Amino acid sequence: MNIYQENVMDHYKNPRNFGKMKKPDVVSKDANMLCGDEIEIQVKIKNGKIDDIRFSGPGCAISRASGSMLSELVKGKKISDIKKIKDDDLIGMMGIELTPIRRKCALLSLRVLKNGLEKA
Amino acid sequence: MFDAKKIREDFPILKRKVNGKTLVYFDNAATTQKPVQVINAIRDYYENHNANIHRGVHQLSQEASQMYEDAHHVVGKLIGAKWDETIFTRNTTEGLNLVMYAWAMRKLKKGDEIISTVMEHHSNMVTWQFLKEMGIKLKFVGINDDGTLKMEDYDKLVTRSTKLITVVHASNVVGTINDVRKIGKIAHDNKALFVVDGAQSVPHMPVNVKKMDADFLAFSAHKMLGPTGMGALYGKRSLLQSMDPFMYGGDMIKQVTLEKSTWNDLPWKFEAGTPNICGGVAFAEAVKYLERLKMKNVRKHEEEITKYAMERMSEVDGLKIFGPGDYRNRGGVLSFNLGEIHPHDLATILDEFGVAVRSGQHCAAPLIHLLKAHATTRASFYVYNTKEEVDYFIDVLNKARKVFG
Ligand SMILES: Cc1ncc(COP(=O)(O)O)c(C=O)c1O
Repeated sequence: MNIYQENVMDHYKNPRNFGKMKKPDVVSKDANMLCGDEIEIQVKIKNGKIDDIRFSGPGCAISRASGSMLSELVKGKKISDIKKIKDDDLIGMMGIELTPIRRKCALLSLRVLKNGLEKA
Repeated sequence: MFDAKKIREDFPILKRKVNGKTLVYFDNAATTQKPVQVINAIRDYYENHNANIHRGVHQLSQEASQMYEDAHHVVGKLIGAKWDETIFTRNTTEGLNLVMYAWAMRKLKKGDEIISTVMEHHSNMVTWQFLKEMGIKLKFVGINDDGTLKMEDYDKLVTRSTKLITVVHASNVVGTINDVRKIGKIAHDNKALFVVDGAQSVPHMPVNVKKMDADFLAFSAHKMLGPTGMGALYGKRSLLQSMDPFMYGGDMIKQVTLEKSTWNDLPWKFEAGTPNICGGVAFAEAVKYLERLKMKNVRKHEEEITKYAMERMSEVDGLKIFGPGDYRNRGGVLSFNLGEIHPHDLATILDEFGVAVRSGQHCAAPLIHLLKAHATTRASFYVYNTKEEVDYFIDVLNKARKVFG
């Protein structure tokens, strides 16, 4: 199955919430060991909810699209709810089948976000 | 006559389908496929000769011992070495670690210096970093934009404290073939040891340890048609004799009392414990296969494929190849990037069409950063690859460009 479906390519080519913000409340960063790709996620928090989010860093289509979809998913959500998001929730949203290695690309953003929120 | 199409018939795996397509295996720098001769040698060893070596007087043990010793002769001869200067290891990495633990750690002292290069595989970089704890300084020769070594750096870096110079003979990333004779001479003019990482050269071209005057040369069987878990380290006899063992235990000793032991003869002194006997036998079979082809023909074939691939790849819009522009100065390793497409995505698309390439940093993160790349895609060739496969690969690259265009 081709993993480069239309919705994935759309998020890859026009990533939502991509870039950096001024004065974030939380900054979290991590790399994918396999390729050295890095994702940095910045979050602004208001009343226990994510008020705004930005992600950045070099990445493949899968990691960038997942970052983009995740950012849309979590904006406005309660932090306690975000902590409950499961790996398969995000992958299910992408609607593609991934090999174990490419799953790591897709899940990097979620891991980075959760690690950041632990510290918040 | 060298005939890649005929050679292909010896490799059962090349008939296999991947994602419904005929496999095009372009990941030979990572590991190569195995011919039926090597696969049969493994089978024959276990079906007919299996026993432990050096310890039984029974028939099978004598056969296994002889086969394992013969394997040292075959592998040594390929690189112009004597059999007892050819130590069997697990891989290149273990060979380099042997030099680090059994020579450098014991013979070097605080303030001594080692010169490596920024082009190295992690195995010839991280290994030496370990010596920093002992106060040993590690220095690196840089690279030019075309992926060749800055040879003039040696003048600046070599001092009276330089005790070891190490270099990769052929790069697994940029493909550069380094001038080992020149670097060896610099090392020996300065009374330093010369250590060569031959992981990407011994499988692909004639290599002679005497001509390059290497003190140590490490390489892996699995990158030259042989099994995984098998490699060799050449060491000059006088050096090996002056060294203490790397590991201790059975097989590497001659006489043992409760208090002390004397070391066995070479190469056994450096092969403690029951070795990968079958692996050694299969390694020799792989070398025999290559010798029937003749290493100069292997090199010529790869030059032709590389030249052709470089020409065809230059026709693809937005494709950039790293490393020397002249195919004669490089091995059959082509690292490249295609526009803004991430190497993982490109490798995934190629895989969908049955083409196996490597993507990422190729265990050489510092080099990748120096190339100002984040990662690269790498196609690497061997004896069974053909121009038709290159054509197919180019077609898929163009398809990928459309998906991501
Ligand atoms: C240049 C070079 N050196 C060393 C190695 C390490 O080889 P091995 O993993 O077999 O120890 C490799 C393998 O990728 C290599 O390409």
